[in-house]
Amino acid sequence: MSFGTVTLGHYLSLGGILFALSVVGIFLNRRNLIVLLMAIELMLLAVNLNFIAFSHFLGDMGGQVFVFFILTVAAAESAIGLAILVVLFRNRATINVDELDALKG
Amino acid sequence: MTSALFYFFSFVLLFAAFRVITARSTVHAALFLVLAFGTASCVWMLLRAEFLAIALVLVYVGAVMVLFLFVVMMLDVDADQVRQGFWKHFPLAGFIGALIALEMALVLMGGFRLTEAPPPDPLELKLGNSKVLGIEIYTHYLYPLQVAAVLLLVAIIAAIALTLRHRKDTRRMDPSLQVRAKKAERVRLVPMRPTLDLPSATKSEGKEA
Repeated sequence: MSFGTVTLGHYLSLGGILFALSVVGIFLNRRNLIVLLMAIELMLLAVNLNFIAFSHFLGDMGGQVFVFFILTVAAAESAIGLAILVVLFRNRATINVDELDALKG
Repeated sequence: MTSALFYFFSFVLLFAAFRVITARSTVHAALFLVLAFGTASCVWMLLRAEFLAIALVLVYVGAVMVLFLFVVMMLDVDADQVRQGFWKHFPLAGFIGALIALEMALVLMGGFRLTEAPPPDPLELKLGNSKVLGIEIYTHYLYPLQVAAVLLLVAIIAAIALTLRHRKDTRRMDPSLQVRAKKAERVRLVPMRPTLDLPSATKSEGKEA
């Protein structure tokens, strides 16, 4: 069974479709803050996929080093984001984005 | 063989991502996100990035997703109320998503027809991906690595400081007060005479008897 060779464009398209899917997810789940965070994680995954594909096809290790740092920042981001979410739920008893309008003035 | 694997993993990855954004229950969304991360690490294996594939499984599936599941179970989210009006924005969202995917595919499939990766470095074949990545990080990127470590420390402190709740009914010592305590405040010397004149009592007893 043959599907032809997989080019760099295939990997980049996979990353692009994944990114578009998470954008759609942010639109659909705009009430649920947890799923919004998950969609952001998916976006970061798509970007990382592009970095690694370029690193492989251009033979440059720098892309993988960059993915390493993105993983670090993403882990820190989700930890702080979830902590903020917990505090928010403790104070307001909701994570519905529409009701979080205290800064509206 | 590699291309068949690529298409299989891509299909599973996209299906899992689709279920993440449409799943009714948040726990299901988190579990599908685990599947997506696992499949993505398989795709990274196809690209010969073994260390990052393992790190993705360890960091995301092992740590971040467990954190997500904990938070999902701690918060009592009303699913029906959250899902209300879920499909209202779907036409706009679908249009924008399709537009992004189409534009990217148009540019990427035409512009990047790189079929063959350059022959791998003989050094990399000998040492393996993890060791080459380690050499790269610890020689050229040592300072950014330190900054990343400090960033993780900041994240730890911020997460703990945000969610820490002091109980009001616990009794605790103030360490600075303990350190500042002087001997004069704690110890009181009472002058006492070395002996008491006990014999007087026995004397009087003897008299009565």
